[in-house]
Amino acid sequence: MTQPVLSVRNLTVEFPTRRGILTAVQDITFDIMPGEVLGVVGESGAGKSMTGAAIIGLIDPPGRIAKGEIWLGDQRIDNLAPDRMRKIRGRRIGMIFQDPLTSLNPLYRISRQLIETIRTHLPLSQADARKRAIKLLDDVGIPDAARRIDDYPHQFSGGMRQRVVIALALCADPEVVIADEPTTALDVSVQAQIIDVMKEICAERGAAIMLVTHDMGVIAETADRVAVMYAGRLAEIGPVASVIKNAKHPYSQGLMGAIPKLGENLDRLVHIPGSMPRLNAIPQGCAFNPRCPQVFDKCRTHRPAASEIEPGRRAACWLYPEVTEA
Amino acid sequence: MSDTLLDVRHLSRRFDVSAPWLNRKLEGLDKTYVNAVKDVSFTVAKGQTFALVGESGSGKSTIARLIVGLLEPTEGEIVFDGTSLARGLKGAEARRLRRRFQMIFQDPLASLNPRWRVTDIIAEPLRVFERSMNDRARHLRVGELLTLVGLSPEDGLKFPHQFSGGQRQRIAIARALAANPEFIVCDEPTSALDVSVQAQILNLMKDLQDEFGLTYVFISHNLQVVRHMATEIGVLYLGRLAEVGEAEALFATPQHPYTRMLLDAVPDIEMTGRRRKKVEGEIPSPIDPPPGCPFHPRCPFANARCRSEVPGLTRRGPQAAACHAVEEGRI
Repeated sequence: MTQPVLSVRNLTVEFPTRRGILTAVQDITFDIMPGEVLGVVGESGAGKSMTGAAIIGLIDPPGRIAKGEIWLGDQRIDNLAPDRMRKIRGRRIGMIFQDPLTSLNPLYRISRQLIETIRTHLPLSQADARKRAIKLLDDVGIPDAARRIDDYPHQFSGGMRQRVVIALALCADPEVVIADEPTTALDVSVQAQIIDVMKEICAERGAAIMLVTHDMGVIAETADRVAVMYAGRLAEIGPVASVIKNAKHPYSQGLMGAIPKLGENLDRLVHIPGSMPRLNAIPQGCAFNPRCPQVFDKCRTHRPAASEIEPGRRAACWLYPEVTEA
Repeated sequence: MSDTLLDVRHLSRRFDVSAPWLNRKLEGLDKTYVNAVKDVSFTVAKGQTFALVGESGSGKSTIARLIVGLLEPTEGEIVFDGTSLARGLKGAEARRLRRRFQMIFQDPLASLNPRWRVTDIIAEPLRVFERSMNDRARHLRVGELLTLVGLSPEDGLKFPHQFSGGQRQRIAIARALAANPEFIVCDEPTSALDVSVQAQILNLMKDLQDEFGLTYVFISHNLQVVRHMATEIGVLYLGRLAEVGEAEALFATPQHPYTRMLLDAVPDIEMTGRRRKKVEGEIPSPIDPPPGCPFHPRCPFANARCRSEVPGLTRRGPQAAACHAVEEGRI
């Protein structure tokens, strides 16, 4: 059996505040295999971006990893000193953020930003780094890369800018890329292009991707497995086709039914009453229990752990007898 | 059709985006304009939902603002229930007409005054349009409206920041309904919301439509949402209508190459294994649109005529497309 490239074990992220400790991510465990795309979905405040930030060591203080371990291959990275983490970030873990305009420096040419990143991580000469940068731009589908490399970010359109950001993330051939809402700021037709680029790149280079998004459509197109998050916890994780077609957790079932679809015209969408609890008011027991249509007594008092209910599938719901208490 | 409520005729709007006067004089530049909306015509029948879809910069929000009168058209006319909303509509007649339509905006936090209590926010249209209404009756009506949108009358005492995004959009809907309008323009009403909350709001909007026979103009970039809501759809590209027609037909058999591309680009959430065609290019800048058909640089069917001549809408059965290739039967 191959070793996972990234392994997150019982990760808990807390924010101490004057009014007590807020738990943004609670007890999350998952693995990503080499070359795999793991989608992480959830609504705003579900803790999906925070999980990504914890992996790359960029949680804003006073937030902290309170519990758990993060392993990159056979190296533990959650407790590394900042300067050692910096050598991993960008080298072994690439990052793609939502808004390409804010992840590029508007005052520097693309070439400078790419070459700087490449030379920070790889022992290449200026000329070789430039060659590599052009090759990367070409790979992510920027036409006439050799000429456009000397343009400034504002000279690119939104979709092209996001391609540059993808190239930037791939500079040092990372083993894992954390992509946080990479297509959210883009129009549908451009989104489709970016999804294609990410899929191709991942397949060619064997890099694993953790794709954080609120858009189930993007997950369906891109991911191999999907993790559904709710109120900082893992509700369900499994192969993408089986989670989408046969969701186990009532939250993921509701979420799937709430999405309008092109192929069918239902009169009404599935209605999950209420909204996600705030971090300071996460209910006792299962976090979803006040909104759950199948709630029973145990849900209100005992917190279910994401436990294996079928080979390769875990869910945190008391409806399944295999589920244990957290 | 006799039950047409809104008739938009050859609507155009351009914005002046010129450099400042001094720069123009010194650098010898001409004035520059953006044609945000160009020659758009459509009709909306009573009780129907007409959706405008398009990517950013296609002019959909400009059309919404033109309809409700937040912007004035450069050319063209908007006829509401037989009366033209031409420039210069003033006084009592304007008030009589205006109360019959309302608008819901994308970001409820920006469209609700943060320093007003919810009661005052919802009662404002009543104070403007129902001047004879006394405080007690108004208070009761606000309670009714809050119940209608799924909140409780006691929520009226709170401020907007005390609500979640979905609840705030409910408040905006309650305010829009306060003056008993027949017609509501919704500009991306759910794009700031999470999916489960979006589903709640879409269901609510459908229920209200059934209950009060409302007519919606629904603006969205999300094709799935439009598919769910609309009876009639207009697809915008660079300020022009590329295709307009019945929702069912338009989704089943899209005519215009842009509509086809757009539908193709929607992620396949049902996982039918549908093969997507590769999407090419991006929307060009509206300041300097391509000559001829605005879509021709991205269109696989473009020929010389497309590059020089702007196509008009030609009707074919339940839908009309502005495309030379469709008109000539090339596709």
